Amino acid sequence: MSVLVYIDTLNGSIAKSGFEAVYYGSKIGETTVLTNGSISDSELEKVGAYGASKVLIKRDLTENNPSQLSKLIQAAVASTNAETIVLSHDLIGKAVAPRVSAGLKAGFVAGAIALPEGDTVKVNVFSGKAFGHVKVNTSKKVIGLTVNSLSPEETEGTAAIEDFSADCGTSVITVKDVVKQDGDILLTEAEIVVSAGRGLKGPENWGMVEDLAKTLGAATACSRPVADIGWRPHHEHVGQTGYVVRPNLYIAAGISGAIQHLAGVNGSKTIVVINTDSEAPFFKAADYGIIGDAFEVLPKLNEAIKKFKANN
Amino acid sequence: MKILVCISKAPDTTSKIAFTDGDTKFDENGVQYIVNPYDEWYALVRALELKEQNGGEVTTITVGEASDDSIIRKALAIGADNSVRVNMESTDAYSTAYQIADYAKANSFDIILTGKETINYNGSQLAGMISEIMDLPFISIASKLEMNGATATIHREIVGGDEIIEVNTPFVISAAKGMAEQRIPNMRGIMQARTKPLTVIEPVACENLTSFASYSLPDVKSECKYIDADNMDELVALLHNEAKVI
Repeated sequence: MSVLVYIDTLNGSIAKSGFEAVYYGSKIGETTVLTNGSISDSELEKVGAYGASKVLIKRDLTENNPSQLSKLIQAAVASTNAETIVLSHDLIGKAVAPRVSAGLKAGFVAGAIALPEGDTVKVNVFSGKAFGHVKVNTSKKVIGLTVNSLSPEETEGTAAIEDFSADCGTSVITVKDVVKQDGDILLTEAEIVVSAGRGLKGPENWGMVEDLAKTLGAATACSRPVADIGWRPHHEHVGQTGYVVRPNLYIAAGISGAIQHLAGVNGSKTIVVINTDSEAPFFKAADYGIIGDAFEVLPKLNEAIKKFKANN
Repeated sequence: MKILVCISKAPDTTSKIAFTDGDTKFDENGVQYIVNPYDEWYALVRALELKEQNGGEVTTITVGEASDDSIIRKALAIGADNSVRVNMESTDAYSTAYQIADYAKANSFDIILTGKETINYNGSQLAGMISEIMDLPFISIASKLEMNGATATIHREIVGGDEIIEVNTPFVISAAKGMAEQRIPNMRGIMQARTKPLTVIEPVACENLTSFASYSLPDVKSECKYIDADNMDELVALLHNEAKVI
């Protein structure tokens, strides 16, 4: 079966989620990768190691306009006869994949967390509290792959790069400005997240959260009240109405664990909870719990991890 | 300015999630439905604010059965002028989008607003599909929407920041946190909502592209393992050897 995987490379590199989508596609069938913009061939060739045999690139399309990307993908589907179209279910994928689905009248699996089993694909529903098994009624299907839901393995494969041309129409959306957030590690891409809540008592105490995050190579996050009162920026808010994260390790200090917060973190592989209140609901969702004061525990944990890193 | 806001129901956040009929249907027993928070807090309230600034009309549309009328009345109580319900159960994003697009094409709206996702299916599918069917520009996951005549200035989320863009009406936009603040309907609004027009229309023919074959619940989380606050070396060892995450 022929598979087309669209990856976003507009910043000149391939994100971890992009390799995940390519690897996912290669487990379904003969995979062609489609992208656009001015990424270098040497960077693009890396997808070969994740199972793609060919890369199509439209170099002169340098914007992420959903309508144009939808036209690009539909043209590539026609030229490769792809039966399955895979995109990462990230900001670009959520904007583009539904358009591709409606344009091709191909059923869309939004937020797949596993490879297809028989004729269904598993997704998260009810904000992570249950799974749905989606059946696609059409021969062509579009799959939006949830970020960090599988671990790609590298192989020896290589991919040939070909220029691709398609009429993608013109953009009626004009980009006026871009506002970048601070911080080096993107919350939604981070493998480790250190998060804190009102238990930290004030924004001046976040140094110990940042120190631990730095030692671990983690992103920092916070609970909703902390973002709402302005202790931390809104783009750190994790929960139902903020970001949903799925890191390998989520460390929460001074967060009680309201159901809305849990909805944003329950896809994490391992959860560590630090709280003075032994009755905090977060302990029910935790793998490891420490009943104690974050002001004492966070610096001790930081020292223990530094010691571990020095010896390993 | 004519604005169409797509409204969906969602189970209250505290609802117990369970399934019936051999795990093929959501168990609605004891479930309280609310207006999907993204549709209500952000999409609907921003539409009302734009109407208050610029004049015009705010219509809501819901694809659902008669039992959805209570959440539609809530949207009217918050301030929508009138509502439309397409009389069919919504089980597939494409067929839902198709019904909304069919109505919107015949009634020429300047802006079609949705929440960025529903809290039950979390798909972020509807707005993109409507935009493709209607061949309109689509701005996904927007946190700010200002209108100046027919030109909108919008903040949309991109990886690691926000993009500030301009686009002319008509367009489709999905709303996220930041676009507006929740409004609690007052008694006058609730009284007025009873007499505001809620038009029920029959669906046009459209096939479902997908269906949920079944549902399942996550494995019960194993007991939390407690570690003494003075023994962080033990936690680090567990994270390394047992959880294998560092």
